[in-house]
Amino acid sequence: MAYSEKVVDHYQNPRNVGSFGASSDVKTRTDIGVGIVGAPECGDVMQLQLKVTADGVIEDAKFKCFGCGSAIASSSLATEWVKGRTVDEALQIKNTQIVEELALPPVKIHCSVLAEDSIRAAIEDWKKKNGIAVAEEAHAH
Amino acid sequence: MAVKTPIYLDNAATTRCDPRVVEAMLPYFSEKFGNAGSRNHRFGWDAEDGIETAREQAARLIGADAKEVIFTSGATEGNNLAVKGAAEIYAKAPAGQQGRGHIITCTIEHKAVLDPCKRLQREGFDVTFLDPPADGVITAEMVRAAMRPDTILVSIMWANNEIGTINEIPQIGRLCHEKGVIFHTDGTQWVGKMPTDVERDCIDLLSWSGHKMYGPKGVGALYVRRRKPRVRLEALIDGGGQERGMRSGTQNVTGIIGFGKACELCQAEMEHDRERLLKLRRRLEDGLSGRMEVVQVNGHRDRRLPHIANLSFGFVEGESLMMGIKDIACSSGSACTSASLEPSYVLKGLGVGDELAHSSLRLSFGRWTTEEEIDYAIESISKAVEHLRKLSPLYDLYKEGVDLSTIEWQHH
Repeated sequence: MAYSEKVVDHYQNPRNVGSFGASSDVKTRTDIGVGIVGAPECGDVMQLQLKVTADGVIEDAKFKCFGCGSAIASSSLATEWVKGRTVDEALQIKNTQIVEELALPPVKIHCSVLAEDSIRAAIEDWKKKNGIAVAEEAHAH
Repeated sequence: MAVKTPIYLDNAATTRCDPRVVEAMLPYFSEKFGNAGSRNHRFGWDAEDGIETAREQAARLIGADAKEVIFTSGATEGNNLAVKGAAEIYAKAPAGQQGRGHIITCTIEHKAVLDPCKRLQREGFDVTFLDPPADGVITAEMVRAAMRPDTILVSIMWANNEIGTINEIPQIGRLCHEKGVIFHTDGTQWVGKMPTDVERDCIDLLSWSGHKMYGPKGVGALYVRRRKPRVRLEALIDGGGQERGMRSGTQNVTGIIGFGKACELCQAEMEHDRERLLKLRRRLEDGLSGRMEVVQVNGHRDRRLPHIANLSFGFVEGESLMMGIKDIACSSGSACTSASLEPSYVLKGLGVGDELAHSSLRLSFGRWTTEEEIDYAIESISKAVEHLRKLSPLYDLYKEGVDLSTIEWQHH
């Protein structure tokens, strides 16, 4: 299967790779929301960490991904898109936008869904840590 | 020496046709183009002579008599004809009834055996699908334990196409002969690479294919034993009665000529090729295992074909790994590389774990694979794995000492 140039670019030069520290430390930090979605036996695991200000602006994002090239590209792209947005704005990101941007073929749509889910999961985690009610919509999938 | 890319390390999928094979085929396209069934003129005789020479070449490679070789379109057809053809003839009850007889095969056979067996199951036969142990080797003891008084057919592949493991074929053959059960083996990855003797190895039906052994695509053979016992098959294709009536249709003369030549070359060069391929495989496996942690060689340590290496690279997904080694042609057991989006059923069958199945590469070598190419592959696979592990959340967890199996994953 041929990949789009954008997928290849994100694969070769992934943006914002990493984490904000050891997983045990990150777990307790209230300025960081962590979303881990997928499962190793399904062939993809995405980890998204968002550093969020007290007034809900995402100032930094880091990702790690075990998965195919499209999964890596989707999560790399997600970090670019969420940076600088408020958490409510970030929740507006739809998987279809990722599909369009990366020209993902139909068999790779689940990679974009996973990326959207990781954003939701990370924001949900941040909200919980900060005692903010989580909207029902976050459980849509 | 600079290595010419892309490098072809997918010889278990297909091999390059040997130029000597192509050369042997050429006259049969345009000069000796006759139909081997034309019994009354030179063109027909030339084609028939060519086919009979090829039949002898094929028979010699497996220690059979030329009369016992049926030409087919490849191993898929050979497997179908052997399994369905034998089941129909040796059935204990007529079509439409249940209890038509018992068949033994295993879960990591090629689909060309599994699917015919599943069809037979729907048509009133009982089929036992043996589960392989972790090393992938099907033993005679496993087959013996599954035998029943109504067992009519055993079909166990000689060597597995994904992991290269070698099953206990001579022992299974002897067991079948002792019990009076017909024994078929899919020899697609074995024949031409490894010494084969249908007498010594007690085989009744043996299918193999041209394009896995430097011959052309679209041609293969099925060995059908003629004595002790005389094996009968119900034809799948009826018509002009070619190939002893077991496979009607005008013979693929050019293909058969090439197939015969490929058999002859494999026989002549087997010892040399085999040792060379084994060295290459060891070089690759040792090279990769030495460069990185958590690299697993799948399948039995020793009982494996010399030309297939199957490795899992922990914490890295196979398709993304292949993306990082674009100039190396190989296969992966990852779900993303299969049409079904399921990880390799062979690796899953071994209990390798879905996660390591997703992380697997199959690299397979051939007559023209060089040491330089292997070294190049080691280098680029190592680099790609390193790149992907930097991205892998699983590798982080492993480094932190977290046991991945204790985590509750969010399944999709």
